[in-house]
Amino acid sequence: MSFALALSGISKSYGNVAVLHDVSLQVRPGTVHALLGENGAGKTTLMRVAFGLVAGDAGDVEIEGVRVSEHTPAHAIARGLGMVHQHFSLVAAMTVTENVALGNHGGFTAATVAEQIRTVGERTGLTLDPHARVRDLPVSAQQRCEIVKALARDARVLILDEPTAVLAPDEAQALLRWVREFAAQHPSHAVVLITHKLRDALAVADDVTVLRRGTRVASGLASTFTEVSLADAMLGPTERTPAIEAEVMPRVRPHTDSVGAHHVVLQADAVTVHDNRGVARVHSASFNVRAGEIVGLAAVEGSGQTELLRAVAGLREVASGRLHRPPDVGFVPEDRHGDALLLDASLTENYALRDAGSRRGRVPWREIAARTAAVLARRDVRANGPHINARTLSGGNQQKFVLARALEDTPPALVIENPTRGLDFRATAAVHDALHDARDAGIAILFYSSDLDEVLTLADRVLVLHNGVLRQVPREREGVGRAMLGLT
Amino acid sequence: MITPLDDFLEAAVRTATPLALAALGECVTERGGVINIGLEGAIVCGALAATIVAGTVGVAAGFAAGAAAGLLITLIFAIFTVYLRADQIITGTAITLLSLGLTGLVYKSFYGTTGVGLTIPTIGAVEIPLLSRIPVIGRALFAQPVITYALYVLVPLMAWWFMRTHSGLALRAVGESPDAAVAAGVRPRRVQALAVLFGGVMAGLAGSTLVLAQSGTFVENMSAGKGFIAIAIVVLGRWTPFGVAGAALLFGGASALQYLFQSLGWNEVPYQLFLALPYVLTLVVLARASGRAAAPAALARRKLTLG
Amino acid sequence: MNASARRLTAPLLRLAVLVAVTLVVLVALLVASGFDASTALQAMARGAFGSWYAITSATLVRAVPLALTGLAVAIAFRAGLLNIGAEGQLLAGAAAATATASLFGATPSALLLPLVLLAGVASGACWAGIASWLRQRFGVLEVISTIMLNFVALYVVGWLVRGPLQEPSKFYPQSMPLAKTLQLPALLEGTRLHVGALFAVTLAGAAWWWLRETAGGFRLRAVGMNPSAAATSGRIDVARVSMYAFLASGALAGLAGAVEVTGVTYALYDHSPGYGYTAIAVALLARLNPIGVLGTAVLFGALQAGGNAMQRDAGVPVALVNMVEAVLILLVIAGDRWRGSAR
Repeated sequence: MSFALALSGISKSYGNVAVLHDVSLQVRPGTVHALLGENGAGKTTLMRVAFGLVAGDAGDVEIEGVRVSEHTPAHAIARGLGMVHQHFSLVAAMTVTENVALGNHGGFTAATVAEQIRTVGERTGLTLDPHARVRDLPVSAQQRCEIVKALARDARVLILDEPTAVLAPDEAQALLRWVREFAAQHPSHAVVLITHKLRDALAVADDVTVLRRGTRVASGLASTFTEVSLADAMLGPTERTPAIEAEVMPRVRPHTDSVGAHHVVLQADAVTVHDNRGVARVHSASFNVRAGEIVGLAAVEGSGQTELLRAVAGLREVASGRLHRPPDVGFVPEDRHGDALLLDASLTENYALRDAGSRRGRVPWREIAARTAAVLARRDVRANGPHINARTLSGGNQQKFVLARALEDTPPALVIENPTRGLDFRATAAVHDALHDARDAGIAILFYSSDLDEVLTLADRVLVLHNGVLRQVPREREGVGRAMLGLT
Repeated sequence: MITPLDDFLEAAVRTATPLALAALGECVTERGGVINIGLEGAIVCGALAATIVAGTVGVAAGFAAGAAAGLLITLIFAIFTVYLRADQIITGTAITLLSLGLTGLVYKSFYGTTGVGLTIPTIGAVEIPLLSRIPVIGRALFAQPVITYALYVLVPLMAWWFMRTHSGLALRAVGESPDAAVAAGVRPRRVQALAVLFGGVMAGLAGSTLVLAQSGTFVENMSAGKGFIAIAIVVLGRWTPFGVAGAALLFGGASALQYLFQSLGWNEVPYQLFLALPYVLTLVVLARASGRAAAPAALARRKLTLG
Repeated sequence: MNASARRLTAPLLRLAVLVAVTLVVLVALLVASGFDASTALQAMARGAFGSWYAITSATLVRAVPLALTGLAVAIAFRAGLLNIGAEGQLLAGAAAATATASLFGATPSALLLPLVLLAGVASGACWAGIASWLRQRFGVLEVISTIMLNFVALYVVGWLVRGPLQEPSKFYPQSMPLAKTLQLPALLEGTRLHVGALFAVTLAGAAWWWLRETAGGFRLRAVGMNPSAAATSGRIDVARVSMYAFLASGALAGLAGAVEVTGVTYALYDHSPGYGYTAIAVALLARLNPIGVLGTAVLFGALQAGGNAMQRDAGVPVALVNMVEAVLILLVIAGDRWRGSAR
């Protein structure tokens, strides 16, 4: 019996940074195989090698027992491999039909492909409107499209990269159920589930492989592992501080709600916000944030949170209603590279960016460099000094830097989007600590995270945004999850 | 009985032909996510190559030589932008400068610096029986050189290819989202390179047309910005073959307006105004077209990168 | 070598490498075209540096407009604006300067000279302003609009010198010669080098200092590096910064045009040496550094002066020099990507 997918001795380096070292993985046919590890452990890179997107420096890839050489995505697809990427690989401007057809050869008749989409939908329960444009679909439908695309090319082995990251809890459960069914459907089927969520892995997986810093540290039947033993494997023996542990096995912590006495810093009354095209994305929202509290916003992507947060931060006008905010509100955007940093400028210059809009006259560069150096040291940002380029910092250090920049002058309020996207557990814990410290110093914090666990563990109060409608809900998983989907 | 209007329309189509050829090529290039402002250079290289070969071998060979010259100069552009990922605008500017210098040099060494008028055989108009008798538009559409008729076939062919083949779909996907294309098994670099080279061939043909179907001679810088106008035509035509053809006709008409006014005896208007008209029209059209929304996404996302 | 010494020698080293590469390319092209490289090079060297007169009145005189337009392009590019329209903005400046001068009669006071220059500056800024407005209001790509405006400017000048501004005998396509008092004084006796050279050097220094040391300069650089981060994290008014950068760019090119008319040609003509296009190469090869622009402007001034001499004395067409410029740009790009891919 050959494995559905077998990787042996895969190594990959970028420059002199080893991302994968001698990693092996065997996926038994008919099983769900969870590939676990924190962000940056190498899981996605490993599967990109398996799919032919990236060429490994060493090692072999075998699909259904046949060794592949000169591997490309086209080969992988032809051999029955399908991959659903973390950041979807769909062409937003095109229709579902066009996206599913992409990559085939010869003449292309939309009607045939649409028929194919319907058939797959009936067979698997993943239904889609073939003529809808991908950018108009909700996130969960876009993910279905990715899967249908793979199935339409007769994929037998599916690789799903962090599929539950953008889904509400109910949607995530439905997906995981579907994954189990798919694997069980046919002896040649198999699923590789890349995730950093222990709970999801243990819920559906038959086998588990754990990566840490690019090497395989554990693998075997899922039934032989517990949450604790998996956390141990993911983190390694030296990293078990309570803060980091809390990231790996999130629990909703009890908070002392003593914030009633503090004054309101941010207040929104029936606020409506439009997007760039003039469409209303937030409808008549009312809420407030007090000094010394963290308010978390839970929502499925595309519910209007981007527009709302940017309005609160002062980067966008409100179309109607009243928004009371102090003039100086810090903002940490989701896209570090695109919206927060000048990658090819020094850290000093990046630090000076903060008040670049209002500064007049000469820029005291030496003074700013000294301040930057002090901040780097105080906030434990690993950098050789303030003169180096922002691009050379790791993702975690970049985020710590951006956060430090926003907090350094103790603004009355801070707005953040997805504070720990793409960060490993250690950096995540550091960011959460920094936010807690800021809260304790009296700063009013409003944040959004697409990761429900982060919202629940970090926030003192939880707001839910669904289709532009905002409500406050009690801080527990079930209720918030259902509110995110508009089910309550 | 041929009226000034007939003449004007016929001139409009004739002038539009090289613009349409270049613009159709650029349309494919830009659908792949690359903007080639070296198009201007490819046109001028094509014109010179066509001049030299037609003068010695023959007109058909001249067209082929023009296409080949456009291809070769654009190959340099393709290597820099698709494989070295250099900035498209700067590279395009350099290619145009290079072409102008190269053609100036080659022209002088072939034909000397005396500036004596050079004459090359041209292809005449071929009247299509019956169709060319249609009032008003008959002569304009069906009494043209063969190269214009080639366009009549090419435009619908390209429209069909964009929408009804997987390769056309792949090109569009590469222009919208190269990452999505890669994940689907398409090879963006190859697609982009082919799209760019196709644009080069078409630009070379446009240059050949300028010489072999219109002026019958070569002057330095004879492209006079037509490559840039072609880019505006692509925007106005919303990156679709039929749209591009229509937009090219509009610009052909603007250029031909000069002759209409002359034949109507309206001579007070300074002729520089007519020369400037296509360029002003480009600006007006671009302002109205608000093309950003319809542009292939990879094109709109591009920004200046300098080492 | 400590950091500041390194900062000083690095650009000089770059310039030296550039000059060396230029020579190599030049020789290669000469040989490939079948010319006698050594005669050609000698003619070129004589024309560019062979005498005091050559240096000042051939090379440096050409370097002045190249430096000013090179600055214009460098500032625009630094702000992320692809201003390919320096040529048109230069022509607009030249035309405005000539028109203003013609208003003042036959013997105007020398005090009116600054006014003439200012007219050129304003005109260049306005010409660039058209492209800036089209970009901001309608999203028109400035690459295309500035190139279109180049052609329009060319034809407007063509009309002016055959119409409203034509010289009295109505025979030649050129304007009336400028009154003596409205001509830029010479910088060095007996040469054609005029005080415009001082403008170029001063403005280059000022631009360099402004970009490095002031908040406004930092804002411009930030917008050029990442407009989205500049707006989101820097709270910079990107639209305003872009507009001012575009206008400043046009102003500098307009000044170049006014300086050419008042300092070299003393009249408006129908043809242009194409400084505005060469300026792109001047700016790029100087890595958009204002001080570096002075160096590359001299290099290209020498190339063009030498190129003319080469054509006159050795029969090598000037078009070859254009090719050298283009090849240099391509080499620089290729070199960048080579080094960049090691990142």
